[in-house]
Amino acid sequence: MMYGVPGMVAQRLMQLVPVMIVATFVVFSLVYMMPGDPAMMIAGDYATAERIAEIRHIYGFDRPMLMQYFFWLGNAVQGDLGHSLFSNESVLRLILARLPHTVLLVLYALVLGAVFGIPLGILAATRQGTTLDKVITSIASLGVAVPSFWLGIILVTLFSLGYRWFPATGAVSVFEKPLESIYYATLPAIALSTSVVAVLARQVRSALLEVLGSQYIRTLRAKGLSSGAILWKHGLRNVAATMLTIAGLQVNRLFSSAVIIEAVFAIPGVGNLISYSALNKDFPVVQGVALVLVLVVILTNLLVDVLNATFDPRVAASA
Amino acid sequence: MTDTNMTTMTRTAAAPAARATLPPPVRFRFWAWLWGDKRALISLAYLSILILAAVFAPVIAPYAPNKQNLMDLLAPPSGAHWLGTDDLGRDTLSRLIYGSYNALYAASLAVGIGVAIGVPLGVFIGFVGGWIDQVGSRIIDGVLAFPPLVLAVAVTGALGIGLTNAMIAVGFAFAPVLARTMRAQTLVVKNALYVEAATGFGASRLHLILRHILPNAIQPVIVEVTLMLAVALLAEAGLSFLSLGVQPPESSWGGMLARAYHYVEVAPEQMYAPGFAILFTALAFNTLGESIRVLLDPTIKRK
Repeated sequence: MMYGVPGMVAQRLMQLVPVMIVATFVVFSLVYMMPGDPAMMIAGDYATAERIAEIRHIYGFDRPMLMQYFFWLGNAVQGDLGHSLFSNESVLRLILARLPHTVLLVLYALVLGAVFGIPLGILAATRQGTTLDKVITSIASLGVAVPSFWLGIILVTLFSLGYRWFPATGAVSVFEKPLESIYYATLPAIALSTSVVAVLARQVRSALLEVLGSQYIRTLRAKGLSSGAILWKHGLRNVAATMLTIAGLQVNRLFSSAVIIEAVFAIPGVGNLISYSALNKDFPVVQGVALVLVLVVILTNLLVDVLNATFDPRVAASA
Repeated sequence: MTDTNMTTMTRTAAAPAARATLPPPVRFRFWAWLWGDKRALISLAYLSILILAAVFAPVIAPYAPNKQNLMDLLAPPSGAHWLGTDDLGRDTLSRLIYGSYNALYAASLAVGIGVAIGVPLGVFIGFVGGWIDQVGSRIIDGVLAFPPLVLAVAVTGALGIGLTNAMIAVGFAFAPVLARTMRAQTLVVKNALYVEAATGFGASRLHLILRHILPNAIQPVIVEVTLMLAVALLAEAGLSFLSLGVQPPESSWGGMLARAYHYVEVAPEQMYAPGFAILFTALAFNTLGESIRVLLDPTIKRK
């Protein structure tokens, strides 16, 4: 038995195995959710009998379901996610070419969310009950309810078509022109980040209020510590783990919203790829994107756990 | 004891008179609560109007939702068309009113499916425990790992494009969230003294679940369900924007935004009405959910 951070990582990895099995099985079984014969559905209306038979063989529909799952999983583990039914391109290559755009967008939105959300939460908590607190809480309520893609459209209208400060649509490769790619991603990232700002502000506020109301803070106050020192040395340190956890959970939501935001800004990311492929019944691509994104989310959660354990010895000790 | 008091409070007047030994149930005074919580009042009033608009759309709407007036394309707001017209000359206000039906139908369908799968699953694995709970919980974790809308897009693609399928897909993504809450609540409630007492009196498992565990464990789910209506509404708008949800020529707020976006340089004002409709409705569901949370949570002091 290992202790400390390595022990915790080992334990988390063990817990991930069943989650991975379920997640991959869900992706695999998407094909079975199709009404009727999946091979005929995939082949399309005008397919020949040979083409249907070929697809049946490619997917292995002639084998028992569990066998098919392991066959599919075996291929996926080796990076073989099949080929697009339309372009016949490798699904993995299609995804890898587009993933950087989406990841940049999500990370950018996460940074914006943290930069604005956390200070707003702290401000609201330290000035609880004041007008400022009420304004921040109200903005947070709006931020959760506003459709991010609508906000995206408004931003385009104002700052691309109106002021022409930012490009309306498109994206630039982050590897070729890093600075320009960030410039292109700014408006979509702002639209994406509103919900993160709102959620973080809310959660940081309530977590901080709870800590500031606890016994040991009362003791520190009684001992004459200034409120600034209490906030920075004791209050925030104890909500850091909460902030990190909440921020990690937002990654899941951000990939969700990115699917729509990428359509608004015509960003060639994986979100655009999956919605386009779903519309065109390009099933291997849909499965591939779902699989890659669920893996990204699972690994992000693992990273958050490890970071929490590194910074907070209590987390590692409790594992 | 607090638990039993809570349920009698929320169960309103339906409690049978048979429990002579217990103190008379505290009646939950709905109107007093609503009057005391202005945000809940406003949200509920707004949602009631929306439901009425959705139901009586053919009566209220000034035009048929698909009636085209090709002489009047992308018209600005006027006396004849209060919110202007879209690119096919259809009245925006009428489409907005008809769209409210699809929005509410979609939100209730998605949440209903989430409840129908999630609640029984959560109660079952929490109540039975053991390896069934272990397996069930891992399944919940596995489905929860997906970004919800990514899962919804993928499932919609599989089931076939259209509003009902899209909302089944969203409900499928909601189910594990509700199952997890319900399981946790069931674990708390099933060890309570009154459940033990009922077991001692020889109550069947089904009786225990339906009469004791479900009513006492359901409260956080009620809050979650209200908040989920907002999420489902946003998901419908998003999926319809991507043309995976409501199919043209039927009207939906998300679909209206997609069309308006095409012509944003010609008629920018067309994108405001559907957007605000989505925003206000989501806000109303969220606000109502928060109010119910405060109402049901005995640790939060109410004025």
